[in-house]
Amino acid sequence: MADPMKIRAAMAGDKVEVKVLMAHEMETGQRKDASGKPIPAWFIQSVTATCNGRTVLAAEWGTAVSKNPFLSFRFRGAKPGDKVAISWVDNHGDKRTDEATIS
Amino acid sequence: MRSSRRKVLQGTGGLAVMGLAAAAGLVKPGIARAEAWNKAAFETNSVPEAMKAVGAAQPVESKDIVLNSPDIAENGAVVPFAVESRIPDTQSIALLIEKNPNVLAADFQIPQGTDPWINTRVKMAQTSRVIALVKAGGKYYYGAKEVKVTLGGCGG
Repeated sequence: MADPMKIRAAMAGDKVEVKVLMAHEMETGQRKDASGKPIPAWFIQSVTATCNGRTVLAAEWGTAVSKNPFLSFRFRGAKPGDKVAISWVDNHGDKRTDEATIS
Repeated sequence: MRSSRRKVLQGTGGLAVMGLAAAAGLVKPGIARAEAWNKAAFETNSVPEAMKAVGAAQPVESKDIVLNSPDIAENGAVVPFAVESRIPDTQSIALLIEKNPNVLAADFQIPQGTDPWINTRVKMAQTSRVIALVKAGGKYYYGAKEVKVTLGGCGG
Protein backbone atom coordinates (compact mmCIF):
# COMPACT_ATOMS: atom_id res chain seq x y z
CA MET A 1 0.00 0.00 0.00
CA ALA A 2 1.35 3.32 -1.00
CA ASP A 3 1.90 6.23 1.35
CA PRO A 4 -0.83 8.87 1.64
CA MET A 5 -0.84 11.94 -0.59
CA LYS A 6 -0.42 15.40 0.78
CA ILE A 7 -3.29 17.50 -0.50
CA ARG A 8 -3.92 21.17 0.12
CA ALA A 9 -7.06 22.82 -1.20
CA ALA A 10 -7.63 26.48 -0.50
CA MET A 11 -9.88 29.20 -1.88
CA ALA A 12 -8.11 31.75 -4.05
CA GLY A 13 -10.76 34.32 -4.87
CA ASP A 14 -13.71 32.43 -6.39
CA LYS A 15 -11.52 29.48 -7.33
CA VAL A 16 -10.13 26.55 -5.43
CA GLU A 17 -6.41 26.00 -5.78
CA VAL A 18 -5.39 22.41 -5.21
CA LYS A 19 -1.85 21.25 -4.59
CA VAL A 20 -1.07 17.55 -4.43
CA LEU A 21 2.11 15.73 -3.56
CA MET A 22 1.95 12.00 -4.21
CA ALA A 23 4.37 9.42 -2.88
CA HIS A 24 5.44 7.22 -5.77
CA GLU A 25 8.71 5.94 -7.23
CA MET A 26 7.78 6.77 -10.86
CA GLU A 27 10.41 4.32 -12.17
CA THR A 28 10.90 4.87 -15.90
CA GLY A 29 11.97 1.40 -16.99
CA GLN A 30 15.01 3.01 -18.63
CA ARG A 31 17.36 2.61 -15.69
CA LYS A 32 19.53 -0.40 -14.87
CA ASP A 33 20.49 -1.69 -11.45
CA ALA A 34 24.07 -2.35 -10.28
CA SER A 35 24.21 -5.72 -12.07
CA GLY A 36 23.03 -4.20 -15.35
CA LYS A 37 19.52 -5.59 -15.20
CA PRO A 38 16.83 -3.12 -16.29
CA ILE A 39 14.62 -1.89 -13.47
CA PRO A 40 11.03 -2.43 -14.61
CA ALA A 41 8.82 0.59 -15.09
CA TRP A 42 6.56 1.43 -12.16
CA PHE A 43 4.59 4.64 -12.47
CA ILE A 44 1.22 6.29 -12.01
CA GLN A 45 -0.88 6.01 -15.15
CA SER A 46 -4.01 7.86 -14.31
CA VAL A 47 -5.04 10.54 -11.88
CA THR A 48 -8.56 11.79 -11.16
CA ALA A 49 -9.70 14.66 -9.00
CA THR A 50 -13.33 14.99 -7.93
CA CYS A 51 -15.26 17.53 -5.89
CA ASN A 52 -18.94 17.15 -4.93
CA GLY A 53 -19.23 14.17 -7.27
CA ARG A 54 -17.93 16.16 -10.23
CA THR A 55 -14.64 15.38 -11.98
CA VAL A 56 -12.53 18.52 -11.85
CA LEU A 57 -9.39 17.08 -13.44
CA ALA A 58 -8.43 13.83 -15.16
CA ALA A 59 -4.92 13.01 -16.30
CA GLU A 60 -2.97 10.25 -17.97
CA TRP A 61 0.69 10.12 -17.12
CA GLY A 62 3.71 8.49 -18.67
CA THR A 63 7.03 7.66 -17.05
CA ALA A 64 8.35 11.20 -17.52
CA VAL A 65 6.47 12.62 -14.55
CA SER A 66 8.95 13.13 -11.71
CA LYS A 67 9.34 10.87 -8.69
CA ASN A 68 6.92 11.79 -5.90
CA PRO A 69 4.77 13.73 -8.37
CA PHE A 70 3.59 17.24 -7.68
CA LEU A 71 0.45 18.57 -9.28
CA SER A 72 -1.39 21.82 -8.93
CA PHE A 73 -4.59 23.05 -10.58
CA ARG A 74 -7.52 25.41 -10.01
CA PHE A 75 -11.25 25.03 -10.44
CA ARG A 76 -14.50 26.91 -9.79
CA GLY A 77 -17.77 25.91 -8.22
CA ALA A 78 -16.84 24.83 -4.72
CA LYS A 79 -16.89 26.46 -1.30
CA PRO A 80 -14.89 26.13 1.91
CA GLY A 81 -15.78 22.91 3.69
CA ASP A 82 -16.32 20.94 0.47
CA LYS A 83 -14.09 17.95 -0.06
CA VAL A 84 -11.66 17.33 -2.90
CA ALA A 85 -10.73 13.70 -3.55
CA ILE A 86 -7.71 12.67 -5.58
CA SER A 87 -7.17 9.14 -6.85
CA TRP A 88 -4.39 7.52 -8.80
CA VAL A 89 -3.82 4.12 -10.39
CA ASP A 90 -0.35 2.87 -11.28
CA ASN A 91 0.78 0.35 -13.89
CA HIS A 92 0.77 -2.45 -11.27
CA GLY A 93 -2.91 -1.75 -10.64
CA ASP A 94 -2.16 -0.23 -7.24
CA LYS A 95 -4.64 2.46 -6.22
CA ARG A 96 -4.76 5.25 -3.72
CA THR A 97 -7.43 7.83 -2.90
CA ASP A 98 -7.06 10.70 -0.46
CA GLU A 99 -9.33 13.57 0.50
CA ALA A 100 -8.84 17.11 1.66
CA THR A 101 -11.28 19.74 2.89
CA ILE A 102 -11.24 23.11 1.14
CA SER A 103 -10.18 25.89 3.46
CA MET B 1 41.50 -13.12 -23.49
CA ARG B 2 39.20 -14.76 -25.96
CA SER B 3 37.39 -16.98 -23.52
CA SER B 4 36.73 -14.12 -21.08
CA ARG B 5 35.27 -12.08 -23.90
CA ARG B 6 32.96 -14.97 -24.74
CA LYS B 7 31.76 -15.14 -21.17
CA VAL B 8 30.98 -11.47 -21.11
CA LEU B 9 29.02 -11.76 -24.34
CA GLN B 10 27.07 -14.75 -23.07
CA GLY B 11 26.40 -12.95 -19.82
CA THR B 12 24.95 -9.85 -21.39
CA GLY B 13 22.89 -11.92 -23.81
CA GLY B 14 21.32 -13.82 -20.96
CA LEU B 15 20.55 -10.66 -19.05
CA ALA B 16 18.94 -9.03 -22.04
CA VAL B 17 16.61 -12.00 -22.50
CA MET B 18 15.69 -11.94 -18.81
CA GLY B 19 15.02 -8.25 -19.02
CA LEU B 20 12.73 -8.67 -21.99
CA ALA B 21 10.83 -11.47 -20.29
CA ALA B 22 10.38 -9.38 -17.16
CA ALA B 23 9.22 -6.39 -19.16
CA ALA B 24 6.71 -8.49 -21.11
CA GLY B 25 5.39 -10.09 -17.94
CA LEU B 26 5.00 -6.79 -16.12
CA VAL B 27 3.50 -4.79 -18.92
CA LYS B 28 0.62 -7.17 -19.62
CA PRO B 29 -1.26 -6.99 -16.31
CA GLY B 30 -0.85 -3.21 -16.43
CA ILE B 31 -2.76 -3.00 -19.69
CA ALA B 32 -5.52 -5.23 -18.42
CA ARG B 33 -6.05 -3.06 -15.35
CA ALA B 34 -5.77 0.39 -16.84
CA GLU B 35 -7.51 0.00 -20.16
CA ALA B 36 -8.25 3.68 -20.51
CA TRP B 37 -4.56 4.53 -20.49
CA ASN B 38 -3.44 5.43 -24.00
CA LYS B 39 -0.55 2.97 -24.26
CA ALA B 40 0.11 3.63 -27.93
CA ALA B 41 0.51 7.37 -27.35
CA PHE B 42 2.78 7.01 -24.33
CA GLU B 43 5.11 4.63 -26.15
CA THR B 44 5.78 6.84 -29.16
CA ASN B 45 9.32 8.08 -29.77
CA SER B 46 8.79 11.21 -31.83
CA VAL B 47 6.66 14.32 -31.63
CA PRO B 48 4.70 13.70 -34.88
CA GLU B 49 3.94 10.13 -33.77
CA ALA B 50 2.81 11.24 -30.33
CA MET B 51 0.60 13.97 -31.78
CA LYS B 52 -0.95 11.48 -34.17
CA ALA B 53 -1.56 8.99 -31.35
CA VAL B 54 -3.51 11.54 -29.31
CA GLY B 55 -5.51 12.52 -32.38
CA ALA B 56 -3.81 15.83 -33.20
CA ALA B 57 -2.77 15.56 -36.83
CA GLN B 58 -2.03 19.19 -37.72
CA PRO B 59 -1.80 21.37 -34.62
CA VAL B 60 -1.44 25.12 -35.12
CA GLU B 61 1.18 27.09 -33.23
CA SER B 62 -0.40 29.51 -30.78
CA LYS B 63 0.97 32.40 -28.78
CA ASP B 64 -1.84 31.88 -26.28
CA ILE B 65 -0.17 28.85 -24.77
CA VAL B 66 2.27 29.84 -22.08
CA LEU B 67 4.91 27.44 -20.80
CA ASN B 68 6.47 28.53 -17.59
CA SER B 69 9.63 26.72 -16.55
CA PRO B 70 13.25 27.44 -15.79
CA ASP B 71 15.28 28.11 -18.97
CA ILE B 72 18.08 26.01 -17.55
CA ALA B 73 17.26 22.99 -15.43
CA GLU B 74 20.10 21.87 -13.20
CA ASN B 75 18.46 18.57 -12.44
CA GLY B 76 16.64 16.88 -15.30
CA ALA B 77 14.85 14.53 -12.89
CA VAL B 78 12.72 17.38 -11.55
CA VAL B 79 11.84 20.15 -13.99
CA PRO B 80 8.88 22.24 -12.84
CA PHE B 81 6.41 23.15 -15.56
CA ALA B 82 3.39 25.40 -15.46
CA VAL B 83 1.31 25.43 -18.61
CA GLU B 84 -1.47 27.90 -19.22
CA SER B 85 -3.75 28.01 -22.22
CA ARG B 86 -5.52 31.29 -22.92
CA ILE B 87 -7.46 29.75 -25.79
CA PRO B 88 -11.19 29.73 -24.98
CA ASP B 89 -12.86 26.36 -24.44
CA THR B 90 -9.63 24.48 -23.67
CA GLN B 91 -10.41 20.79 -23.25
CA SER B 92 -7.04 19.19 -22.69
CA ILE B 93 -3.37 20.00 -22.20
CA ALA B 94 -0.63 17.50 -23.02
CA LEU B 95 3.08 17.85 -22.35
CA LEU B 96 5.52 16.46 -24.89
CA ILE B 97 9.27 16.37 -24.38
CA GLU B 98 10.92 16.06 -27.77
CA LYS B 99 14.16 14.30 -26.80
CA ASN B 100 12.86 11.98 -24.09
CA PRO B 101 12.87 8.23 -24.86
CA ASN B 102 9.08 8.41 -24.80
CA VAL B 103 7.88 11.78 -25.95
CA LEU B 104 4.49 12.08 -24.24
CA ALA B 105 4.87 12.95 -20.56
CA ALA B 106 1.34 13.70 -19.44
CA ASP B 107 -2.11 14.41 -20.82
CA PHE B 108 -4.59 16.40 -18.71
CA GLN B 109 -8.32 16.58 -19.39
CA ILE B 110 -9.73 19.93 -18.34
CA PRO B 111 -13.47 19.81 -17.60
CA GLN B 112 -15.60 22.96 -17.66
CA GLY B 113 -15.08 24.98 -14.52
CA THR B 114 -11.44 24.01 -14.20
CA ASP B 115 -8.79 26.56 -15.19
CA PRO B 116 -6.75 25.68 -18.28
CA TRP B 117 -3.69 25.84 -16.08
CA ILE B 118 -1.54 22.95 -14.88
CA ASN B 119 1.52 22.93 -12.71
CA THR B 120 3.60 19.78 -12.38
CA ARG B 121 7.14 18.40 -12.46
CA VAL B 122 8.64 16.25 -15.19
CA LYS B 123 11.83 14.38 -16.02
CA MET B 124 13.97 15.41 -18.96
CA ALA B 125 16.71 13.16 -20.34
CA GLN B 126 18.57 16.03 -21.99
CA THR B 127 18.21 19.56 -23.35
CA SER B 128 15.05 19.53 -25.42
CA ARG B 129 12.13 21.42 -26.78
CA VAL B 130 9.05 20.94 -24.64
CA ILE B 131 5.71 21.19 -26.38
CA ALA B 132 2.36 21.87 -24.79
CA LEU B 133 -0.38 20.46 -26.99
CA VAL B 134 -3.76 22.01 -26.31
CA LYS B 135 -7.14 20.85 -27.53
CA ALA B 136 -9.64 23.68 -27.60
CA GLY B 137 -13.04 23.68 -29.26
CA GLY B 138 -12.17 20.40 -31.00
CA LYS B 139 -9.01 21.83 -32.59
CA TYR B 140 -5.37 21.36 -31.64
CA TYR B 141 -2.84 24.08 -30.90
CA TYR B 142 0.68 23.98 -29.54
CA GLY B 143 3.24 26.13 -27.81
CA ALA B 144 6.89 25.21 -27.35
CA LYS B 145 9.82 26.13 -25.19
CA GLU B 146 13.46 25.03 -25.15
CA VAL B 147 14.79 23.93 -21.77
CA LYS B 148 18.49 23.31 -21.22
CA VAL B 149 19.31 20.41 -18.95
CA THR B 150 22.70 20.20 -17.31
CA LEU B 151 22.12 16.83 -15.63
CA GLY B 152 19.82 14.28 -17.28
CA GLY B 153 16.91 12.66 -15.45
CA CYS B 154 17.04 9.21 -16.99
CA GLY B 155 20.60 8.10 -16.20
CA GLY B 156 21.23 4.90 -14.30
